[in-house]
Amino acid sequence: MGRKEDNIARAQAISKNPEFIRNIGTAAHIDHGKTTLSDNLIAGAGMMSEDLAGKQLMLDFDEQEQARGITINAANASMVHKYNGNEYLINLIDTPGHVDFGGDVTRAMRALDGCIILVCAVEGIMPQTETVIRQALKERVRPVLFINKVDRLINELKVSPEEMQKKFVTIITEVNRRIISQLPEPLNKEWQVKAEDGTVAFGSAFHNWAVNVPSMKRTGINFAKVYEYCKNNDQKTLAKKAPVHEVLLNMVIEHVPNPLEAQKIRIPVIWKGDKESEVGKAMLTCDAKGPVALMVTKIIVDPHAGEVAVGRLFSGTVTRGMELWVSGMPNPQRTQTIALSVGADRIPIDHMEAGNIVAVAGLKDAMAGSTVSSDKNMEAFEKISHYTEPVVTVAIEAKHMKDLPKLVDVLRTVAKADPSIQVEINNETGEHLLSGMGELHLEITTYRIVNDHKVEIKSSPPIVVYRENVKGRSPVFEGKSPNKHNRFFVEVSPLEQSVVDAIKSNEIQVEGKIKDAKELAKKLQDLGMDRDEARGVVTFKDNNVFIDATKGIQYLNETLELCKQGFEEAMNLGPLAQEKVMGLKVKLVDAKLHEDSIHRGPAQVIPAFRSAVYGAMCLGQRILMEPLTKIYINCPEAVMGDALRELQQRRGLIEDIHQEGEATIIAAKAPVAEMFGFASAIRGATQGRALWSTENSGFVPVPSEIQTKVVAEIRTRKGLKPEPYDAAYYSG
Amino acid sequence: MSVRALTTLRNCDEIYAEYYTSKLNDASHKDVEAFIGKKVTVLKRGDVEEKDIIIKAARDRRVAFITAGDPMSATTHLDLRLRAVDEGISTDLINGVSIFTACAAALGLQPYKFGRTVTIPLPEQGFLPSSPYENILENYSRGLHTLILLDIKAEENRYMTAPMAMRWLLDAEKRIGSGLVKDDSLFCAAARVGSPKQALFAGYPDEILTVDLGPPLHCMVMPGRLHFMEARGLVAFANAPREILDERGSGSEPKQ
Repeated sequence: MGRKEDNIARAQAISKNPEFIRNIGTAAHIDHGKTTLSDNLIAGAGMMSEDLAGKQLMLDFDEQEQARGITINAANASMVHKYNGNEYLINLIDTPGHVDFGGDVTRAMRALDGCIILVCAVEGIMPQTETVIRQALKERVRPVLFINKVDRLINELKVSPEEMQKKFVTIITEVNRRIISQLPEPLNKEWQVKAEDGTVAFGSAFHNWAVNVPSMKRTGINFAKVYEYCKNNDQKTLAKKAPVHEVLLNMVIEHVPNPLEAQKIRIPVIWKGDKESEVGKAMLTCDAKGPVALMVTKIIVDPHAGEVAVGRLFSGTVTRGMELWVSGMPNPQRTQTIALSVGADRIPIDHMEAGNIVAVAGLKDAMAGSTVSSDKNMEAFEKISHYTEPVVTVAIEAKHMKDLPKLVDVLRTVAKADPSIQVEINNETGEHLLSGMGELHLEITTYRIVNDHKVEIKSSPPIVVYRENVKGRSPVFEGKSPNKHNRFFVEVSPLEQSVVDAIKSNEIQVEGKIKDAKELAKKLQDLGMDRDEARGVVTFKDNNVFIDATKGIQYLNETLELCKQGFEEAMNLGPLAQEKVMGLKVKLVDAKLHEDSIHRGPAQVIPAFRSAVYGAMCLGQRILMEPLTKIYINCPEAVMGDALRELQQRRGLIEDIHQEGEATIIAAKAPVAEMFGFASAIRGATQGRALWSTENSGFVPVPSEIQTKVVAEIRTRKGLKPEPYDAAYYSG
Repeated sequence: MSVRALTTLRNCDEIYAEYYTSKLNDASHKDVEAFIGKKVTVLKRGDVEEKDIIIKAARDRRVAFITAGDPMSATTHLDLRLRAVDEGISTDLINGVSIFTACAAALGLQPYKFGRTVTIPLPEQGFLPSSPYENILENYSRGLHTLILLDIKAEENRYMTAPMAMRWLLDAEKRIGSGLVKDDSLFCAAARVGSPKQALFAGYPDEILTVDLGPPLHCMVMPGRLHFMEARGLVAFANAPREILDERGSGSEPKQ
């Protein structure tokens, strides 16, 4: 038995004993060294050759990932680590840092109890660092800190030992500030990271060494020695004396709660079911004998096994061939293989107990985010909310007629595996729309459709996703049915920002039927909505709300469902450019209906209500919203002017320029629409000397002086006449 | 078609027709054209309701718009006439034979005793009204008959039949449960009223569910309190069970 196989056998033995399990991840801003660290952790634990680690990028097993040198999938691996004479099972998930794949990070957090936050000693806290900290804390995942690339601080920036200490203190303080503000008491104090207690480590993932206070006591390698070894270019010795896996895995074992402790804290936050129910109790105690409660965080498409669901098992034991219910699905499904993941390999096992991360084949209906249980009626886990919305779309179609049906299947699988991708299938034209977080996200997705799923496609250049809204509250507008015997009186206004935010953060559930209207009304009132409006909420569509403010209109009850459909249609295709509407309040204030239901059926009511909403939007002054991106550029002063020029050409707004050592840091904002091709343009403009990253930053109104032009462009692209219709058209 | 109608049509410059609110019995569109001796343009619902075809033509010409049955019964054509008025176009209405009177007449029911008319819709996504059931119930509890019209989707060639409508009413009873439809509730079903191939039947729900009255159009009546003459009519013309002569012919209260 090789060392790897031996480790797998031991891993399985430990997996039954939650006290000795740690579920952790690595998360950081792009290029701060997550995957290099993960590889070295795995290699150190004997799951791959030590020489290859750091070069092989074992977790970047996707061809695209290796080619681009970044992590795209949240990959996972299990390993065994000895600490104080006991063996521990570490389930590790490596997450992507590129902003386009943020959804993957959010979902991975759900499976974890602890997270190593990597921060580059040179760059410090970056936007994505903030985001991953927020994501971890929201899921009650315990953060520990690894300050990486310390060698560069010493050798490249040539800081003094005192400056180095100061830099460390700044980073630690910044991280703690976020923990204090984003967690409730007393957790926000308990989870502070401190150099003294060993929740902060320092080192170089690439050169395979790390130190923290406990390790300094044990090995005698302190900051002075680190400084000396680095200066003398002898990091090999450092790696021998203070190997990164030893120090970091010890840190994880000491400070990350085991599943027994973690689930007590986490379950009340991520699951709103009855804590006294059988499944509730079992999850709180991580009971392997309880009902199965599995949260799927990822779908992997395996060429042999098909779709494999990977997730965190919070209670029960999953065995091969058992029947499990995927929430929201009418029929149970039988598990085929159960597996433990090691990089790209999955090792089949017979069963897996609560507290672990497990891969299960056979759950065809499961998507990333599904709740899977042996209890048909188990309340689903909280939806995993991810803050950013898709901002870029490509239209794709099959190159060959024969692939038409296959492409539809493939797109469904793609949507299941990556919920950050929105797929709109159009069987009539065969031209399907893929929307994602950025240019790269879509490039990778289309690459996979061609190379992994073997469907040749044609894809359009990327197009920006716009949103529609109104400037202010509209007067009441009257929409008529085609037969003119039914009238709907509608008023629209921008929805309260507090309510929009609550929908985004999932505080208000907008999917499915409204469960508890009273509770919802109270929440909305607390957020500042008028009492009568809050009580009249009929339905949500994305972050738009439909309110029935009428009283005692005969037959309206049997017409409201159709109004809802009209509302949904209007929210899907706005009146300005047929883009989605966002953050709108639609209020029905009066209606006049025909006596006989036959004259107020779907063909009459849906268009009448839709026209009423469109007309009201015209009167409320339609605005087009475009996605904005934050840009951070780190470059030598010599090329700063070139970088700035590149931004200014793209309607960029420079927010901050400051000097950090020899580098200039530029923070700016620019519309996504102007950012296509930025990667090669900035490379050209600065001779490749600028490091840069971006972060989606929500939607803002298109400047009014160019709105008409942009609207005309979108409409022309969609084959519509360039000018949108006016209110008179909708009152017809 | 009355003589007045025919003369008027022959004097018109243009004639339009719609067959989406009703359907010709025993005649085709060609027969109508042959009978009038002029071309008749058939319009779809969208052409009538959302376009100005008829109004535009009528600005400087004499235009007729014809429907099967009566143009103002169970239609929404009042809108068309009002639009013409708004444009200063004078209009004239020539009545036709309507299902509102013809059905009662065929069954021997007295037109005085009908309450609100209802229509039962073909099932569609998100549209399951309760008002047809509730309005029949309201009529019935006041002892009134209800004329039940059945949905037409002419453009999809779908017509609701009496058995389909009976199924709808039984489902509505399950859903709403106010006790309107019972095993011994009397219903009348009529097909192609007014044509030589007219078919009538009166019976209990399980009979209506299986009755074959032939091709559309169908309609139904749920009788309220029957006058003894009406009961005799239903037995004589619609083959109603004879026991209604004893039960309801005596003018008993409708069962609640």
